[in-house]
Amino acid sequence: MKNQLELTFTSLPGNVGIARMLIASVAAQLDLALSDIEELKVVISEAVSNSIIHGYKNKEDMPITLRIEYDEKKLKILVRDQGCGIPDIEQAMQPAYSTDPERMGLGFVFMQSFMDDLQVESTVNEGTTVIMVKELENIRPSKH
Amino acid sequence: MLIEKNIQRQTLTLNLQGELDMNTSETLRQAIDTEIERRGIRTVILNLEEVSFIDSSGLGVILGRYKKLLPMGGKMIITNVPSHIYKIMELSGLPRIIEFENTPSRKMEGREK
Ligand SMILES: Nc1ncnc2c1ncn2[C@@H]1O[C@H](COP(=O)(O)OP(=O)(O)OP(=O)(O)O)[C@@H](O)[C@H]1O
Ligand SMILES: [Mg+2]
Repeated sequence: MKNQLELTFTSLPGNVGIARMLIASVAAQLDLALSDIEELKVVISEAVSNSIIHGYKNKEDMPITLRIEYDEKKLKILVRDQGCGIPDIEQAMQPAYSTDPERMGLGFVFMQSFMDDLQVESTVNEGTTVIMVKELENIRPSKH
Repeated sequence: MLIEKNIQRQTLTLNLQGELDMNTSETLRQAIDTEIERRGIRTVILNLEEVSFIDSSGLGVILGRYKKLLPMGGKMIITNVPSHIYKIMELSGLPRIIEFENTPSRKMEGREK
């Protein structure tokens, strides 16, 4: 991986927008199309929001780590919290599944649709790590 | 998120501007719920022309307001959705539930004819 960025920030709702700005800058540097940039903003928003809302139950002084690694071929995004964890990952990833009746259970749907690979690691009472990969070879303009 | 409110009889029109995520969707929820409860609003029109971003938190609040209006005999209309926002909304299934007006695809259909 050619470039690596790592940022740890507090679980404040306003930081979701900052995480989006960071991925948008990286994607712009990679010359990705606007539609791909929009999708990357959505997936990062979903993962970070989940950490704040579910992992930390909206507690505002907890740490979230965002790690972005990329080269010409792939972009990897990791989002990690030290929150409550997910007891049944398979169930949590089902479309429309949510533990909150006010929510639609769309976060993992978007992450799955917009990325080429999605891995979720979670331990109850220890935290959750979401790792997403986007293959860039077919979506970047080739420079020959 | 900037919310411009316009009330005419029992219709509330909201012109939204900015990003609709977990940080801002609570403001939208309150803006709509207050008017439903206080003024007996029954039709909510959401103009998303100036919305630059939406994620599941924003979509959840919109669907939640629709579900609140429904049993009161109310309705919701979503208008002028920018195409990149509409793509996200389509994936969520919202256009199959809520009435959309002046959507990007319909505009295109109009042009083809
Ligand atoms: N970081 C996390 N920590 C703990 N639980 C999580 C985490 N991420 C997801 N979950 C669990 O997985 C479920 C599904 O997540 P998903 O993002 O798909 O839907 P949602 O957040 O409930 O709704 P939406 O994303 O539409 O607002 C959540 O309801 C929650 O129970
Ligand atoms: Mg979510």
